[in-house]
Amino acid sequence: MFDIAIIGAGVSGCMLARSLSRYKLRVCVLESSYDVAGGASRANSAIIHAGYDPVPGTLKAKLNVRGAELMKTVVRELGVEYRELPSIVLAYDDEQMKTVRELKARAEANNVKAVRIIGKDEILKLEPKVNPEIVGALYADSAIVCPYGLTIAAAENAAANGVEFRLNFEVTDIKFENNEFIINNEIKAKYVVNAAGVNSGKISTLIGDTSFKITPRRGEYLIYDKKSLCVSSVLFTVPTKLGKGVLVAPSVSGNMLVGPNSEKVEDEAERSTTVKGQDFVFNNARRILPVLTKRGVINEFAGVRAIPDTDDFIIGFSDKNPCFLQVAGIESPGLASSPAIAEYATELLKQAGVMMIENPDATMLRKQFPRIADATPDEAEELIKQNSLYAHIICRCETISEAEIVTAIHRPLGARSIDGVKFRTRAGMGRCQGGFCLPKITEILARELKIPIEEVTKFGGNSQILYS
Amino acid sequence: MTERKMTCIICPRGCRMTVKYENNTLIECKDNFCARGPTYAKNEIAAPTRVLTSTIPTDSKTVPLMPVKTSKAIPKEQLFTAMKLVKTIRAKAPLKCGDVIYKDFMVQGTDLICGRNLKV
Amino acid sequence: MNLHKQLVVIGGGPAGMAAAISAKENGIDDILILERGEFLGGILNQCIHAGFGLHTFNEELTGPEYATRYTDRIEALKIEYSLNTMVLSIKKDKTIVAVSRDKGLMNIKTEAVILAMGCRERTRGAINIAGSRPAGIFTAGTAQYYINIMGKTIGKKIVILGSGDIGLIMARRLTLEGAEVKTVLELLPYSNGLGRNIAQCLEDFDIPLMLSHTIVGITGKERLEGITIASVDEKLTPIPGSEQFIECDTLLLSVGLIPENELTTDAEVEIDQRTSGAVINENLETSVEGIFACGNVLHVHDLVDYVSDEAARAGKKATQYLKNGITKNEYKNIIAQNGVRYCVPQKFEKLTPETPLFFRVTTPCDRRFVAVFADGEAVYKKREAYLTPSEMQIIKLNDEICEKLNKATQISIELI
Repeated sequence: MFDIAIIGAGVSGCMLARSLSRYKLRVCVLESSYDVAGGASRANSAIIHAGYDPVPGTLKAKLNVRGAELMKTVVRELGVEYRELPSIVLAYDDEQMKTVRELKARAEANNVKAVRIIGKDEILKLEPKVNPEIVGALYADSAIVCPYGLTIAAAENAAANGVEFRLNFEVTDIKFENNEFIINNEIKAKYVVNAAGVNSGKISTLIGDTSFKITPRRGEYLIYDKKSLCVSSVLFTVPTKLGKGVLVAPSVSGNMLVGPNSEKVEDEAERSTTVKGQDFVFNNARRILPVLTKRGVINEFAGVRAIPDTDDFIIGFSDKNPCFLQVAGIESPGLASSPAIAEYATELLKQAGVMMIENPDATMLRKQFPRIADATPDEAEELIKQNSLYAHIICRCETISEAEIVTAIHRPLGARSIDGVKFRTRAGMGRCQGGFCLPKITEILARELKIPIEEVTKFGGNSQILYS
Repeated sequence: MTERKMTCIICPRGCRMTVKYENNTLIECKDNFCARGPTYAKNEIAAPTRVLTSTIPTDSKTVPLMPVKTSKAIPKEQLFTAMKLVKTIRAKAPLKCGDVIYKDFMVQGTDLICGRNLKV
Repeated sequence: MNLHKQLVVIGGGPAGMAAAISAKENGIDDILILERGEFLGGILNQCIHAGFGLHTFNEELTGPEYATRYTDRIEALKIEYSLNTMVLSIKKDKTIVAVSRDKGLMNIKTEAVILAMGCRERTRGAINIAGSRPAGIFTAGTAQYYINIMGKTIGKKIVILGSGDIGLIMARRLTLEGAEVKTVLELLPYSNGLGRNIAQCLEDFDIPLMLSHTIVGITGKERLEGITIASVDEKLTPIPGSEQFIECDTLLLSVGLIPENELTTDAEVEIDQRTSGAVINENLETSVEGIFACGNVLHVHDLVDYVSDEAARAGKKATQYLKNGITKNEYKNIIAQNGVRYCVPQKFEKLTPETPLFFRVTTPCDRRFVAVFADGEAVYKKREAYLTPSEMQIIKLNDEICEKLNKATQISIELI
């Protein structure tokens, strides 16, 4: 019997699991995918938004601002890649400047500091490659983070503190009898948290709560080689009803990210890229950066965001069941808000009567494994002395050693697939996209997991790389 | 008489030749850069042959496969049968590049030979 | 570990080996080859097909056989090499940081460097094929590694995009291994592969080559289930309504090679945007004194024999540099234009017949003259029956032409 079962191992679920793992509680996380961070937490813009965008007074506004503040500590505790940089919302005419001024007013109402309106000269000084047709912009201090890195780190930390993760566990049935939940006739829990992202609407209906609807909206992106990076801030166009629009931003790994569009899709798992979507993203990004070409593109991807029909995050106990906590409709700025969502949901569970007794053995610290690529010559020497596998470079483009790959496999909630290794180490994320290292990583996974090489998958299920 | 285009495969130049032939006998060969063209065309019409290259497993841990090739071209229609035979052969170290691994492979006087050195 | 070497060769493939052998034969003893793979030979080890060495050895060898000719020579000459060794950085002052399991971190000071890192393949991401992202999509070279080095099966029903030589060779190899190669698709209205490979790899096995076709969709959530193809118009844009679905579990991409110049950029060497390789002079020396480049890292070659030849020259020139130093004066650029995409070397101080000019045309054409102009005068003119971008063209200069080019100020190579 669990005290709390969290459905969904995205950034909200994992950050909440981590927050709860501080206490003497039995917590499990149920994830339908093969790995944590399998959904929107993997594929998004990776921005820690400052908080000028959400409508004042909403939960979104409150949690965004609080989350961005908490994030600074969280990334340090979890050893996650994070970088502070300006975000700039570009306006091309007076009409758009009006929106910029509205955003500034919102920022003030949301108590976001360090937001100001800047003129063309200052923009071009900050970002010389930007379209000179701009007339002004909103400038705000913000940050970028590795979104899957954050999710994986939070999950590892929670797992180390005793939270149980059930992967490939798709919740299809929830019963509530004698004040306890029975999930899939298997997992018993006193409280259930619905953090199922795009599937949170469906999960909610399992207890008869149809008070909100989630629309999956796909966003497509292009990733550029590190050589192509030519911006040092997050560059937005002014937001529209459909979202924040296409942005151009550096990623924490030094690549350049361009996207997203926003398109309603039928299937929650629809993560195909499309010609139309890619063209839209590229053409809009060119409006920000006229110098942009497709030459440096190394990959494309799409993510599906959970858009609620309530225009705000849905966080609170269900009217249908006082022990069923909704953490649903977490669209942008969900990533930035995630530490605050975890804090808020923890507080709600406490108020509902969950006994929160600190576990003296729990730690909020998680150490990221050292990377040979980031090491100084002296540090590299030391790493190699400790583990000679650090001297065996597997991924040439990102300089990832065999030691890092083996570590990623053997950590708590370790990698079980090629993508699992990729999202934990960056192996295969470079310009050759795994061309040289894929066979090597397939071999290492088979060896370390003690399985035939033919059983190694790209991302679980029937995604085997090889045939027997 | 038949006339057709034929790409000579003897060298990377790959001459696109025009050949005329009757009853498996070459009558005329045009657009060839060198004398090897007509010879190739003659064989190609009468009995086409190809060199087969493949790999066979070894007893070595560091080199799991030994690349092999037929010492001469073998009849083209036998390529798939030859592949079946290749699958039955194993390489045992030590071997030198050029060593015969299987004598009289498919055709008498044609051998299957090693493509690299293999140390114990 | 701190080392000092007179000459370091980065890459132990065909280019690196030939360069090191030539340097040794020309009198340099203190050489070290750094190779990231488990063996010398580079990509030749997985190219088990025949077709190598006709120019160099006058016989048709397989890739591993061709490599063995050079590895045997390396051993005989006792040239030092370090395997499983990754170069992490090269600086302009020719200090190299490398790492290997046997030797750990190595700081190497050297007087001359020969860059011979080869190239990598273009990927799905680089050509932006829309659709889902299942397992079963490989670059042709990666598939070749799985099959020819590891002995694994990558799939049963195969489609290959790109009719370059690697794609064609893999079509035959997979067919012989029992897979069904459904088709080879080519975006352009002509193949970039050698005619002989179309004949012996596709026609021999009745594999259709679909020119002016591309992939517009990928289907399959876990493993690839099929692709949607479409024919393209003259602008290479897919024609609406021409789409058709092909069921397959594996897609191979053979869509081009890119010189691996990340280390080169690290050393602040000037790069030619057209070749994606270093800008070199007639001595294969880059814009950084004492750093030379050869083989596919310099420009993508069509035949390994030309790589070996070029690399041997690089080895010799590096030797001359180490012995005499090279005094630099003003360089003159060779302008590639009118149907000529690039020329290597891009610049020179004094040309000799020893240095051939390599170039590629921009589009296929027949019955054209290749001409080299010196101050408006065509000092070299040769009629070519057929020219295609897939073939690297070579101009061998004589003393007379060299003299004219050396005197001129405006030099260009073009089609007329």
